[in-house]
Amino acid sequence: MRSSRTLRRALLRARRDTGFLAAGIPLHLALASQWVWGVTIVVKANAWAVVPIPFALFVVGVPALTFVQRHRYRVLLGVDVPRLTPTPERWWPRRALRWLSSAQTWRQVVYHLLLGPLLAALELLVLAAWAVAVSGATACGWAWALPGEERLMAFFYTVVGVVLLCSAPWLAGATARTETRLASALLGSSRNERLRQRVEHLAESRTDLIEAVDSERRRIERDLHDGTQQRLVSLAVNLGLARATLIDLPDDARTAIDEAHREAKAAIAELNDLVRGLHPAVLEDRGLDAALSGLAARVPLPVRLRVDIGERAAPIVESVAYFVVSEALTNVTKHARATRVEVTVERIGKVLRVNVTDDGIGGADASAGSGLGGLAKRVGSVDGSFRVSSPAGGPTTLTAELPCEL
Amino acid sequence: MRAVIAEDSVLLRVGLVKVLEMAGFEIAADVGDADALLTAVEQHRPELALVDVRMPPRFTDEGVHAALVIRHQWPRTAVVLLSQYVEERYAADLLTAHTSGVGYLLKQRVADVEEFIAAVRRVADGGTALDPEVVAQLLLRRHSDPLERLTPREREVLALMAEGRSNAGIAEALVVSDSAVAKHINNIFAKLGLPAADADHRRVLAVLRFLEVPPN
Repeated sequence: MRSSRTLRRALLRARRDTGFLAAGIPLHLALASQWVWGVTIVVKANAWAVVPIPFALFVVGVPALTFVQRHRYRVLLGVDVPRLTPTPERWWPRRALRWLSSAQTWRQVVYHLLLGPLLAALELLVLAAWAVAVSGATACGWAWALPGEERLMAFFYTVVGVVLLCSAPWLAGATARTETRLASALLGSSRNERLRQRVEHLAESRTDLIEAVDSERRRIERDLHDGTQQRLVSLAVNLGLARATLIDLPDDARTAIDEAHREAKAAIAELNDLVRGLHPAVLEDRGLDAALSGLAARVPLPVRLRVDIGERAAPIVESVAYFVVSEALTNVTKHARATRVEVTVERIGKVLRVNVTDDGIGGADASAGSGLGGLAKRVGSVDGSFRVSSPAGGPTTLTAELPCEL
Repeated sequence: MRAVIAEDSVLLRVGLVKVLEMAGFEIAADVGDADALLTAVEQHRPELALVDVRMPPRFTDEGVHAALVIRHQWPRTAVVLLSQYVEERYAADLLTAHTSGVGYLLKQRVADVEEFIAAVRRVADGGTALDPEVVAQLLLRRHSDPLERLTPREREVLALMAEGRSNAGIAEALVVSDSAVAKHINNIFAKLGLPAADADHRRVLAVLRFLEVPPN
């Protein structure tokens, strides 16, 4: 039972492989023969006017044949030849140039033009083997019709036929496998190309993600600014008005109003700090210099700030640079016991270098799960580099280098 | 005195109207964006415009631009900018172009009604009012210039001067005599290298030096 199923499967596979090989013959001969024909005309008849013919065959034929071949592998063999999604390019001459200059195109040319005839020969050989095998194996059957001395010959043919019949499926299978391997190597994309494309995709989607997060921060900032902050301010103003106008209130009522007034102002201050940390509006309007000077001014230490960037960097890069300085200054205030801080932001070629140095006690460690680790990650998210130098006893220098364009 | 108010948050606008009315202003118009503000100022020619920095449609620094236009086209209208956060750049923009009749305050400062009213009146009378926060920030930052030569007391005086206060106001805040304030101010002018020409103008110059704004 089991062996019969195996046999059936083997037969089906043999049929599939053979059909696949047979279908390959015209395809493999198509371009090569046309090309030879075209070149022959040009050379023999010295008819240079027809030069465009082989060229057109090449331009139209290679993609068309590749398409048909892919189809043949998929339908007849169930194999998908890997391919690259072409990079969209609107301007057609550039698209054509890209096509002509890609290694993939020339591998396809090799496949259709040089390898094609060889494969066709191989396929013919397999078909011939089948023909010989079938006719040989049945030799004994029709040999009775022949004269006696030929029967021995017929028996010999039969033996050869049966041997061939047994080995033909294997031959067809091996050939089909070889072709598949060649097709993946030449018609498909190389592993390197696929990896490169994957990296491009990943880089793109990561940039999208970072930008999405950034715009979300902006949205939250705007919502808070337009909503909660204004409400709180309005509340504080009304309490202030009450304080100023309701003079003849009992003492405890006055105290309650005073208290509420103070609380409202404290809440505004806290919310302001929080919202500013999300995304300062001035960063969008006036750029890093203005935003950083606002930031530096809030630090309860003397800060020397130098921003020299000329042309503005991409918004996301500015945002990361701002975040770096903001976090660094928070760390300095909290832990460094410094007396002064120096912040420089400069553009060197295509790199934005952010440098924060303090004269504190040092000993900052980026790996200790502190805010510094988060900073390194944030910088890494835009392909920047991040270094901390903080020997015990100080000084601490923190450097981030960010690519200006993403 | 008449005033117009430009503030996109309706809630806060109502509060501002009440505060200004309490200060004795007649509210000629209250609007929600910069274009409407300019139209209202042109129409009513008020003595004061109270302007939010961030308004529709871009929600960035419309108010600063509108303030500069108002001070340029209708010099008799004083402008007080209100902002959720005080950015010294905006203050610098304002003071580079005009050294009188301008103010720049944090919104939450409105809650301290009496102080706010005093600041607004000062500006309407052609003075200046800078938020203590801007001033405090600048004091922390500037440490590498002639300001370093000032004594702590002189820095306090300069800070109050930068906020726009008069000698009397400074004397009251620091609980010292008027003559002591005058002495400090003269020392400040000397240390900042400001010649004794027009005394009032020197105050502004000192503040500008303080802001590191080039005087025009």
